[in-house]
Amino acid sequence: MNAAALGPRFPWRRLPALAWKESRTARRRLLLYMSSISLGVAALVAIDSFADNLTKSVREQSRSLLGGDASLTSRAEPTAAADSLVDSLGKSGMTIAKVVQFPSMAAITGTGNTRLVQVRGVTNTYPLYGDVITEPAAAFTRIRTEHAAIVDPGLLISLNAQVGDSVSLGYSTFVIAGTLKQVPGDAGFVSIVGPRVFISTQWLDETRLLSFGSRASYETLLKMPPTIQAPDWAKKNKAAFDKLKLRVRTAAQSEANVTEAIDTLGSFLGLVGLVALLLGGIGVASGVHAFIRRKQETIAVLRCLGATSGQVLLVYGLQAALMGLAGAAAGAALGVAIQLALPGVVKEMLPVDVTVSLSPTAILSGLGVGIWVALAFALRPLVGVRNISPLQVLRTEVDASARLPWYKDWRGLLVTLGIVASVLALAITRADGIKPGLAISGAIALVLLLLLGSASLLMWLARRLLRAGWPYVMRQGVANLYRPANQTRSVVLSLGFGAFLVSTLYLLQTSLLARFSVDAAASGGNVLFYDVQDDQGAGMDTIIANAGQKLIQRVPIVTMRLSEVKGVPVKTAQAAAEKLKKAPWPYTREYRSTYRDTLVKSETMMSGKWFDKAPAAPAGMSRVSIDESIAEDLLIKVGDMLTWNVQGAMVKTVVASTRKVNFARFEPNFFVVFETEALKEAPKQFAVIANVTGDSAVAALQRDVVRKYPNVSSLDITLITRTITNILDKVSSAIRFMALFALIMGVPVLISAVAATRRERLREGVLLKVLGATRAQIGRIMVSEYAVLGLLGAFAGMLLGIAGAWSLAHFQFKAPFVMAWGPTLAIAGLLLGITILVGVLTGREVFRETPMAALRES
Amino acid sequence: MSDTGLSSSSRATPMLAVRNLTKEYRSGGGALAVLRNVSFDIAAGETVAIVGPSGSGKTTLLGLLAGLDTPTSGNVLLEGLDLAPLDEDARARLRGDRVGFVFQSFQLVPTLTALENVQVPLELRGIRDSDARAKDLLERVGLGPRTHHFPTQLSGGEQQRVAIARAFVNRPRVLFADEPTGNLDGATGEKIVGLLEQLNREDGTTIVLVTHDQQLARRLGRSIRLADGVVIEDTGAKQREIAEAVA
Repeated sequence: MNAAALGPRFPWRRLPALAWKESRTARRRLLLYMSSISLGVAALVAIDSFADNLTKSVREQSRSLLGGDASLTSRAEPTAAADSLVDSLGKSGMTIAKVVQFPSMAAITGTGNTRLVQVRGVTNTYPLYGDVITEPAAAFTRIRTEHAAIVDPGLLISLNAQVGDSVSLGYSTFVIAGTLKQVPGDAGFVSIVGPRVFISTQWLDETRLLSFGSRASYETLLKMPPTIQAPDWAKKNKAAFDKLKLRVRTAAQSEANVTEAIDTLGSFLGLVGLVALLLGGIGVASGVHAFIRRKQETIAVLRCLGATSGQVLLVYGLQAALMGLAGAAAGAALGVAIQLALPGVVKEMLPVDVTVSLSPTAILSGLGVGIWVALAFALRPLVGVRNISPLQVLRTEVDASARLPWYKDWRGLLVTLGIVASVLALAITRADGIKPGLAISGAIALVLLLLLGSASLLMWLARRLLRAGWPYVMRQGVANLYRPANQTRSVVLSLGFGAFLVSTLYLLQTSLLARFSVDAAASGGNVLFYDVQDDQGAGMDTIIANAGQKLIQRVPIVTMRLSEVKGVPVKTAQAAAEKLKKAPWPYTREYRSTYRDTLVKSETMMSGKWFDKAPAAPAGMSRVSIDESIAEDLLIKVGDMLTWNVQGAMVKTVVASTRKVNFARFEPNFFVVFETEALKEAPKQFAVIANVTGDSAVAALQRDVVRKYPNVSSLDITLITRTITNILDKVSSAIRFMALFALIMGVPVLISAVAATRRERLREGVLLKVLGATRAQIGRIMVSEYAVLGLLGAFAGMLLGIAGAWSLAHFQFKAPFVMAWGPTLAIAGLLLGITILVGVLTGREVFRETPMAALRES
Repeated sequence: MSDTGLSSSSRATPMLAVRNLTKEYRSGGGALAVLRNVSFDIAAGETVAIVGPSGSGKTTLLGLLAGLDTPTSGNVLLEGLDLAPLDEDARARLRGDRVGFVFQSFQLVPTLTALENVQVPLELRGIRDSDARAKDLLERVGLGPRTHHFPTQLSGGEQQRVAIARAFVNRPRVLFADEPTGNLDGATGEKIVGLLEQLNREDGTTIVLVTHDQQLARRLGRSIRLADGVVIEDTGAKQREIAEAVA
């Protein structure tokens, strides 16, 4: 018999119309399942678009970001040779602007209120690119000709001053001509730690603040004629600049640095988005699985009417594709909305003004990836429609033995392989490399396997531990975990993955931010005075005593540089160390060291012995104790020799011990501590710590000190703690928002997972009602089942999250892992609650429908 | 199957008393009456077939008698207890206590084994040692060796036998059966009917059965025929008339 004799085939071209008509009653449900991917797509589109906008803005504003085409910076006052080099650059046609920046106390004349500020002395040519925007508008030009200063508005608020008042900096006084609105290249939060005060460089000497030991940085900004290419110029002259201890940077470099930072952040956030999208994929698979189960009878009827299995697959594949497109499009739209809102939220953190524009690449790639993930994951349950027999029209119970075992179902295997390949491809593209891509895919696979393992273990345990003595509703609920058509694997997988994602994010945030937490009480003081000159030490003690406050510590500080390491000149030692990939800065930096006879609270001995127990130094040498990380970079251990250049005098030392120093504590901490005899006579400064009670007393003491010693700066540690806590809170909120986003994302996924076996649950519930179960009994059965599922899913995910965050903190960020049990358990508890709620809400029809209606349906 | 003594049933409280029962469904703009003013009594231990063509209201009537649904008007009294004022949970408790069910499509809980399915009504009433009674009933319906099989692992006839064991496990006062042989072949159907008869004899349970099968209806003591939602024939009423005439 030939094919034609079998009669006409169902025409393929009619299938799209049939698919559309057939979806009439199920569109909303299918759309709900497909919405699992919406939030993942939204995250990708928002992150990619924003990163795109930001990169573009950085490129456009790269010159004002640096302040010029190139800059030369040095930590010490430029030498005469350096000055003459800069002069020669000016003569060669470049425009030059100079910026000197240093911390100082500012005091308002009249009230005497004080605050630590960042002084910026600028030449009249500043800024070379962009504009300093002030209030009133023309105020900035006044500092070029008058004894005037432009300040951050925050300074006026904190010192209760206004434009027109006078501010003292060191030994000089300036009229406040206006406030800063925007400075090219500065992020808004720069002013939070220390408000900026702009004055002209011509008055700097008058302030007498750039005296011995001050921590000023000197920057020369260059605007080049079009004939000179900054990168080439910088490369050509680098050796000469190095010799003069000038660091050269170009606009292109600073752009590259910022862009790289954006890329790193973007790819980290993008990975979170990707993982969220994959979680959405699992939701789609569960949802479509549920959808197909509902459609079983219809599919059997279509098969009876002559549709081939391929045609049926196409009908439902088309429906899934259409709804996937709708889900991804909704996600993309949401992503664009988030992108538009982002610059307003993170404005203070950014060094450039972000121009928001739609990024077609980001939107299209988000849409594409979303649809692809939706289809790949939907296809897994969809291929099952090929196995639905027309016989099911007559008998709905599926004969399990008629199904192919998974290893013989080549179509299913092929789709699974496709999903694995998709995940790999996405991870590799997102992670910018095969190795990290494989690592991420591997980690995701491991988490999924562990969750599946936990689900299997739970089923095994439920079977073993179930006791006849338990109340019936509990037994029924727990037994539902391992019975045919159970939802244990799908719920544990989706819930656990969500819990894993949220816990990892949260704990990683806690661990990373813990590094910056401040311990103000550690030193027992709350006000730190520094830049106290050698001859001002005793006077400071008197001022503090007269104010009735307590002096905690007066710490001597001696500046020095390394001259020899283990008898080898520092340059040679540095070259050798750089070959071993050690940091170069411990060789070249200016050390601010101290001398004392005791160890302080922020220090722990790591090797060797403290001066009182260590062997005496050889004749002509002194003993030092070194921070262990510096010792590691300098490749030295206890007993090795170091020679220091202490302002011209060579001091030979032997390493007596190494210490671990907690630099996060707000007190003077030192890389190098000398024994007292070695430095007692060296030129020095002091840092003074006082314990002052009461906010007004702090301000009064600061006022008294500035009045007598205008060069002395002070830090209100309570204020700093508050400021840092504020910044950390902002970062925490951003990460918490992401965690919340992941949590919300988990809800449609969970709904899909629960929906996969909803029909069975409904039928069971209704039957139990017919057999005499009350609503409360059915409710309790549901709650027991979902409570156990929720407990396992949430807590397995939480434990995996702890492991994930520990690994990321330890291996990726090299930060100590900090456990936050309270919030982590709260997240798990919240997820448990959501699971029970979703479970009971999904099954609410059991309560609504009369048993009769449900029986008729079946 | 035993028939009850009509003279005694007419004096005692009937097992089921149906008074002016009407059920309407909203359809489009108007109401569609599926049952209209149906009234009859069924005595304890009686076996009754409800017959009629498709759409005559048989299954609706069965659902109302069992308290699975609520009537638009009229009353159903089970052993003198009016179902109308009872809420859903109270009706559920009543079912669990006094009523058994057998359905055409078996309606076993697919996630429970045969034994567990039979135990459910007892478990719901908080009876702990339900094992022995459930096993005994499965033995009586010939499924002793298949107690731990899930419904999908049983044939249609076997599933219906599990359903019958479940229906009788809490010694119901009345058993409702909706086309119990409708999905079974002749021989298997015959066995199921035999089983119902046996259990009725042994436990004295009242049986109300909806069927298309004329032969099965004739084997029961009484049949109530429905057409278009009204009772057009009730052999019990005829017998009562004859009995009253004789008296």
